[in-house]
Amino acid sequence: MTHVTSLRCKECSREYPVGAFNVCEFCFGPLEVRYDLDAIKEAVSRESIAAGPNSLWRYADFLPADHNPDVDINAGFTPLIRSKGLADKFGLEELWIKNDSVNPSYSFKDRVVAVASAKALELGFDTLACASTGNLACAVAAHAARGNMKAYVFIPSDLEAGKVLGAAIYGPTMIAIDGTYDDVNRLCSELADTYPWAFVNINIRPFYADGSKTLGFEVAEQLGWRAPAHVVAPSASGAMFTKIFQGFNEFAYTGLIGKVETKMHCVQARGCSPIATAYEEGRLIIRPVRANTIAKSLGIGNPADGYYALKVIEASGGSAVIAEEHEVAEGIKLLAEADGIFTEGAGGVAVAGLRRLVERGTIKPDEPTVLYITGNGLKTTEVVADVVHPIHIEPTVAAFQDAIGARA
Amino acid sequence: MQRVRLTFLDRLIKEPVVYQLGKKFDIVTNIRRADIQEGIGWVILELEGEDAEIDRGLEWARTVGVRVDPALGDLVEP
Repeated sequence: MTHVTSLRCKECSREYPVGAFNVCEFCFGPLEVRYDLDAIKEAVSRESIAAGPNSLWRYADFLPADHNPDVDINAGFTPLIRSKGLADKFGLEELWIKNDSVNPSYSFKDRVVAVASAKALELGFDTLACASTGNLACAVAAHAARGNMKAYVFIPSDLEAGKVLGAAIYGPTMIAIDGTYDDVNRLCSELADTYPWAFVNINIRPFYADGSKTLGFEVAEQLGWRAPAHVVAPSASGAMFTKIFQGFNEFAYTGLIGKVETKMHCVQARGCSPIATAYEEGRLIIRPVRANTIAKSLGIGNPADGYYALKVIEASGGSAVIAEEHEVAEGIKLLAEADGIFTEGAGGVAVAGLRRLVERGTIKPDEPTVLYITGNGLKTTEVVADVVHPIHIEPTVAAFQDAIGARA
Repeated sequence: MQRVRLTFLDRLIKEPVVYQLGKKFDIVTNIRRADIQEGIGWVILELEGEDAEIDRGLEWARTVGVRVDPALGDLVEP
């Protein structure tokens, strides 16, 4: 059962009953879910969690929706792998990789949509919707298919068709909007106000966002019930980044782990770095930008949770770093070659950020560090297309031996 | 009705942009939240009026150098 008490404005702290809305009607601040953490503390133990399902629903007591098998595609509880290759290259003694690229629709968005779709059914919705250029669309369409819900996915009409194949395969109604990025934003806002749909990242955003807490819970459990010294995570809207930290702290409050001393490091690509730029300039005001990065899954120029991500950096003693655009593909290749994990652009950004943090001495060799890999490389193969250069030979053993220069 | 976030840089902080939005156009502006710091500031506004008039007003704001965004961040997610 959930232990939700209310929704609360993150700015003015006004409280609201649980429902499908995400904005404080007084100050237009974003709403977040409040929980009775003392009741959760009574309800859970390490043993009860360990006995739960091998999915994010093992943490159901900390989530705003009950587990509903009808819409569950087994998101979460992805591998936490101890790095050898990347750790050696960067001179780190204890580097862990949270490989969230192996979720059912191949990104961490399955976590947020798993929670959003379960909550949508609880609230009586029969339709999921989103505006997305990639991973979110896939997760929404997949969960809707599983839950026998209708799905509407809105995309900019200039988006390459192949980008949304991973969503289209699940059979949603896909609407391509003629207009600018701003036009798409505005239309979706209006539609969310007009139609009785669960727009996952709009009217049910408070619940949706909390799915990312499980990225903190899982890492803490998989590390043997402790939080790491450092987290390095890519950031777009800033929501996932803040929720990882919230996850660690909720585990600490409920006695499942000790005091959280994790330094949270956010990484963005040069072509879309509003959070990292604000950090570097020493201010808490985000200056929105036009996204222009090869790391498409980080392309949010006006990040809804950017300010809160900066507050998490401040509270945790962490930092924000910028990966140069040319480092994105390098990072993808490095992770693949060093540890056998093929990630998309966001992962390349994270790897580049980790390298910078080590070079700067921010992360010391003996400090346990977790690198979050949030999406799968097979979604963005064009970024690293130059790796394909096979050796052509005639179909004879001699030709093969000639080619590789080694005779038996 | 629209909820927007206007971001001002440098010289624009001293300009009465919100006042002019209501003066030059048939728009009712209602400030809900704002923060002004050295060199940068933002205001979250509720705008009431005809859609076309709000569009004209926001286009004017852009032409004078104000950045106009959705109040709650980008809704189009990757």
